[in-house]
Amino acid sequence: MTAPIVQASELARFYTVKGGLLSKPATVKALSGVDFELRPGKTLAIVGESGCGKSTLARVVTMIEEPTSGNLVIDGVDITPSKWAQMRETVQIVFQDPYGSLNPRQRIGQILQEPLIINRRDMSAADREARAREMIELVGLRPEHYDRYPHMFSGGQRQRIAIARALMLNPKVLVLDEPVSALDVSIQSQILNLLVELQERLNLAYLFISHDLSVVKHFADDVIVMYLGRAVEKAPKEKLFAAPRHPYSKALLSTTPRADPEAQKDRIKLEGELPSPMNIPKGCAFAQRCWLATEKCRAAPPELSGADHKVACLHPLG
Amino acid sequence: MAELSATPPKTEDRPSALREFWYYFSENRGAVFGLWVFSAFVLCAAFAPLLAPYDPTEQFRNHILQPPAWQEGGSWAFPLGTDPLGRDMLSRLIMGSRYSFFVGIVVVCVAVTGGVIVGLLSGFAPKWVDTMIMRVMDIILSFPSLLLALVLVAILGPSLTNAMIAIAIVFQPHYVRLTRASVLAERQKDYVTSARVAGAGKARLMFKTVLPNCLAPIIVQAALSFSTAILDAAALGFLGMGAQPPTPEWGTMLAEAREFILRAWWVVTFPGLAILVTVLAINLMGDGLRDALDPKLKRS
Repeated sequence: MTAPIVQASELARFYTVKGGLLSKPATVKALSGVDFELRPGKTLAIVGESGCGKSTLARVVTMIEEPTSGNLVIDGVDITPSKWAQMRETVQIVFQDPYGSLNPRQRIGQILQEPLIINRRDMSAADREARAREMIELVGLRPEHYDRYPHMFSGGQRQRIAIARALMLNPKVLVLDEPVSALDVSIQSQILNLLVELQERLNLAYLFISHDLSVVKHFADDVIVMYLGRAVEKAPKEKLFAAPRHPYSKALLSTTPRADPEAQKDRIKLEGELPSPMNIPKGCAFAQRCWLATEKCRAAPPELSGADHKVACLHPLG
Repeated sequence: MAELSATPPKTEDRPSALREFWYYFSENRGAVFGLWVFSAFVLCAAFAPLLAPYDPTEQFRNHILQPPAWQEGGSWAFPLGTDPLGRDMLSRLIMGSRYSFFVGIVVVCVAVTGGVIVGLLSGFAPKWVDTMIMRVMDIILSFPSLLLALVLVAILGPSLTNAMIAIAIVFQPHYVRLTRASVLAERQKDYVTSARVAGAGKARLMFKTVLPNCLAPIIVQAALSFSTAILDAAALGFLGMGAQPPTPEWGTMLAEAREFILRAWWVVTFPGLAILVTVLAINLMGDGLRDALDPKLKRS
């Protein structure tokens, strides 16, 4: 097994929200204690519903935000804000919304060259252009697209441009923050196939953030299921999809639409709402909505445990 | 990507930014009209010494308050008549266009440069700096603009240069607010974050990434305040705080001719008309500019 390129332990990110004049400032625990390892050529998927801290995790790993606590080691370097600048070339990100992620005033060529202009000052203009043109080809765009503006492209093409820009610096890790959820289904598969192809060719490590389980099933090697800022289950894809052990994972999987009308409809409907991240319950965060919860669950949060297929639950399934 | 058409279209001509701009601009008839009048005004200012039949300060003592050529007592030697000191009105109006144009350009340049830089800083600065800048701007905005300009000129001493400085200071807060608002909106967008992830520093983010995307409303505001600057300079001139006689500035001309308003209508009417037409033309043009530069109004 190759050495991990990204190692995170106990990563946490809290936000302080100032209340009114009289109320105390509250703390939003967007991400509280997540561990993972990411290896070259592999894809780690993070799934969960809105507000579970997936995007915060992406922003912490991409060094846009500083973690409140915990360790992040990327490519053997312990990350602190002073190391951000030198590590930019290692980790790059592709955003969800391809309409907002490209500067509308720059041509595609300029957009692609910008990372090089900033980070490779000694590179000649001709080399930069050659590299940008090469990258345009690599992501499946045509050479004449080089001189166009972003508004002349469709969503799928824009996402290809965003991927090309992320790859300009030869990163080792690509954070994909819901890269296909803004695209329509036929385009989604094209972009996913492109990502698979690029991963094989460049031996990239992907941190794939998604809420779409069918995409994850197609794409990931390992999966972490998150609930309210914590990992509740962590397993290789095959094991998780075959037999989820956390009740929340099971409920999540049961809601994935299947293309088989004969199949049993055993969708699990969760009652209630996601608790507020400002006021996380003392015990298991999922206990309020869980059909297996007991008094013990509400007392203390369960730890993520297990060998290969880890689960944070006192009453694991299966 | 599958090739859709059998014969690949020969590198279709992407409409250049200027062509596209003209397409949308020319849809607005008033704007095009304004542009022509404005161009005439610019040419007039550029070639003023060649166009003006006389020196604007030369006094023809035998022709004091002579009416325009088409009125009884007028002559084609002085097509728009003469003023109380016997100076040719036409020459003075033509030379006056230079001052107005000069005032407009200088005021707008100073106000835009200062306003955009302060606005950008305030949009990127920590919250307390931002609050401080914005409160100062609010204080400036809370004065009636002409009154504040008047006070500033009174402190600096009456002259055209000081009037321009005063007007520029009075206009500054509009640009600061406008820029800050756009910067705050643009900063949220993903392309700014991705520039940061690419390693862009603060200065690059501010001037290369964010600023170009904030320019459209600023350009429009600049075009519109060009006319306001002329108007304010004229008003200050009229109040004796702007250009000093014998400078043929339109507002000063109006002020000098105040007492002849009943006896000799042409002395007041022509400078007033000149201001009116110029300001109207620039406003019409600014209107078209706004439509042409606003991406939300574009159809393709």
